[in-house]
Amino acid sequence: MIKMKKINKIYGTGASKVEALKNIDLEVKENEFVGLIGPSGSGKSTLMNIIGCLDVPSSGEYYFGGESVENFNHNQLAEIRNEKIGFVFQNFNLLPYATAYENVEIPMIFMGVKAKKRKSMALELLDSVGLAARATHKPGELSGGEMQRVALARALANNPSLILADEPTGNLDTKSGDEILAIFENLWKQGHTLVVITHNPNISARAQRIVKLIDGTIENNGK
Amino acid sequence: MFLPQFLRDMRSQKMRTFLTIFGIIWGTISVVLLLGFGVGLEQRLYKNMHGLGEGIIILWPGRTSMAYEGLGKGRPLRFLEEDAFLLEREILQIKYSCPEYSKWDVKLKYKKNTYSSLVRGIYPFYSDMRNVIPERNGRFINRIDIEQKRRVIFIGFSIKEELFKDEPAVGKYISVNSVPFQVVGVLIEKTQNSTYGNRDEFTTFISATTFSSLFGYKYINNMVIQAHDPFQNEFIQERILQVLGKKYRFSPKDTEALLVWDTMENEKTTKAIMIGFNTFMGIVGAFTLIVGGIGVSNIMNAVVEERTKEIGLKMALGAKKRFVLGQFLFETLLITLVGGAIGLAFSYGIISAFPTTSIEEYIGKPTLSFGVGLVTVALLGLIGFISGLGPARRAANLHPVDALRQ
Ligand SMILES: Nc1ncnc2c1ncn2[C@@H]1O[C@H](COP(=O)(O)OP(=O)(O)OP(=O)(O)O)[C@@H](O)[C@H]1O
Ligand SMILES: [Mg+2]
Repeated sequence: MIKMKKINKIYGTGASKVEALKNIDLEVKENEFVGLIGPSGSGKSTLMNIIGCLDVPSSGEYYFGGESVENFNHNQLAEIRNEKIGFVFQNFNLLPYATAYENVEIPMIFMGVKAKKRKSMALELLDSVGLAARATHKPGELSGGEMQRVALARALANNPSLILADEPTGNLDTKSGDEILAIFENLWKQGHTLVVITHNPNISARAQRIVKLIDGTIENNGK
Repeated sequence: MFLPQFLRDMRSQKMRTFLTIFGIIWGTISVVLLLGFGVGLEQRLYKNMHGLGEGIIILWPGRTSMAYEGLGKGRPLRFLEEDAFLLEREILQIKYSCPEYSKWDVKLKYKKNTYSSLVRGIYPFYSDMRNVIPERNGRFINRIDIEQKRRVIFIGFSIKEELFKDEPAVGKYISVNSVPFQVVGVLIEKTQNSTYGNRDEFTTFISATTFSSLFGYKYINNMVIQAHDPFQNEFIQERILQVLGKKYRFSPKDTEALLVWDTMENEKTTKAIMIGFNTFMGIVGAFTLIVGGIGVSNIMNAVVEERTKEIGLKMALGAKKRFVLGQFLFETLLITLVGGAIGLAFSYGIISAFPTTSIEEYIGKPTLSFGVGLVTVALLGLIGFISGLGPARRAANLHPVDALRQ
């Protein structure tokens, strides 16, 4: 699915230079469930941004589905993010003024799906995370766990092969966190590939493989 | 898709939106009114100018200023009717050439009313050349009048006022130096800002043949010449010097032998002045609009600022640069066009309500012409586009990761 060779990421120059990732070699296979852990500032989010084609490495090779991302332009990267990747963020990142189903529709808009189809698909996705009844609610009217489930439905909008989550349960209580985990496991069973940054021991316990980052290098890769 | 977003933005910042749109409205009204007044003034000036005729040349005999073929200088020239027809025959570029007799202080009398007038003796086509148009129930001097030397007369509308007051004039007889003439037509009201002799409203016209036999004139006062294309007037003048120079034996370089008034010269000057005037008006208005545009640009920059995180999210979810660019350009254009539409509506109202007073004769009536509308809409579009481009590009060039972190 993805393959990284000698990935480096350097922020800033001179005195303020930060080497966020150093010589990262990483491979994630189709339908793997990888937990990404490590202390704060170790480079987890940086790595995830590169995996998710939101950012590009300072050096090194990155292959997504066998293709080198290096030569992709903005539009091609946007297409990959749109079609192949589903993002889940710690702080949900829902549009506050849009309803649950409108939030779920967003990736489909960029895909060019027609309005009518978009809506029915969004409702279906909300149903799959158990929120069909909340389709017309705005994020402000939902609990944290519900918001994250809406975000998950949105991540699944264009049926991406890879789901990337950056501390998806970081802002949730244990019960809501477990609900999210249950959905992840379900997705995994359906064949999706998952890379999840987490401090949640329940999630890391279920992950197939744990990658531990310390100071921008992979400290441990396995279970 | 973009529209609900736009409405939300605008609602959340009512005052700012109002002020911005107000700026555009104000700018639009300035542009439209300034240009509208300019166009109105221009039309009025041309109308006044064309009171004399469009692009005509008026030609009087002068006095030679060069010795030529043994003849001394200082010789006065005099023209015959046939000279006018000679020119028309000889110079292809001439459409009409009309001889014109004139006599001042002719006593006109109807019942007890008298008036002392300039009488001109002319041919029928003079009417078209000089814009001497009859009122509806009358006519101008015609061919039969010429052939039969009829005693019929065409009178200016001010003379009609003096002699007839409210009575209809057409068909009535007036005495012209004690000779009875029948009135066949009255000049329609027109404005005229230049003249030779007297304004047409104070002038009477009779058949040239009647004129020469009645008053015993052999020589004409002047000729009126109209080209097929007034832009050839200068060339025509050269040819006239040649043709008449040959007949009357003066040098074709002797410019004093003929006194020429080329009304195209006035037209050219007026055109130049009007272009300058309209450009000035346009620039003043455009600057007001530009100030409005700067306001729009500011509001859009603030909107981009406020929505940085949302832009980052949309990019993460697959929005391409051109989508973000499109969204912000759309919003800017919409603000501009909404303001512009309101501004145009207001301007239209102001122009329609503009009082038709006596000053209209001098400054004209402001007009919302197609051209003015087009210029305004084009300016608005351009300003909307330019003021939106900066913020939109800033938004589109945001780095998704940085934007999301906000
Ligand atoms: N845009 C940036 N500019 C400069 N330095 C950055 C930037 N983004 C991240 N860093 C630095 O890179 C390092 C890795 O950051 P990153 O966000 O990847 O850590 P993390 O492992 O996700 O931490 P956390 O668990 O707190 O989210 C940190 O030292 C951080 O300060
Ligand atoms: Mg992080």
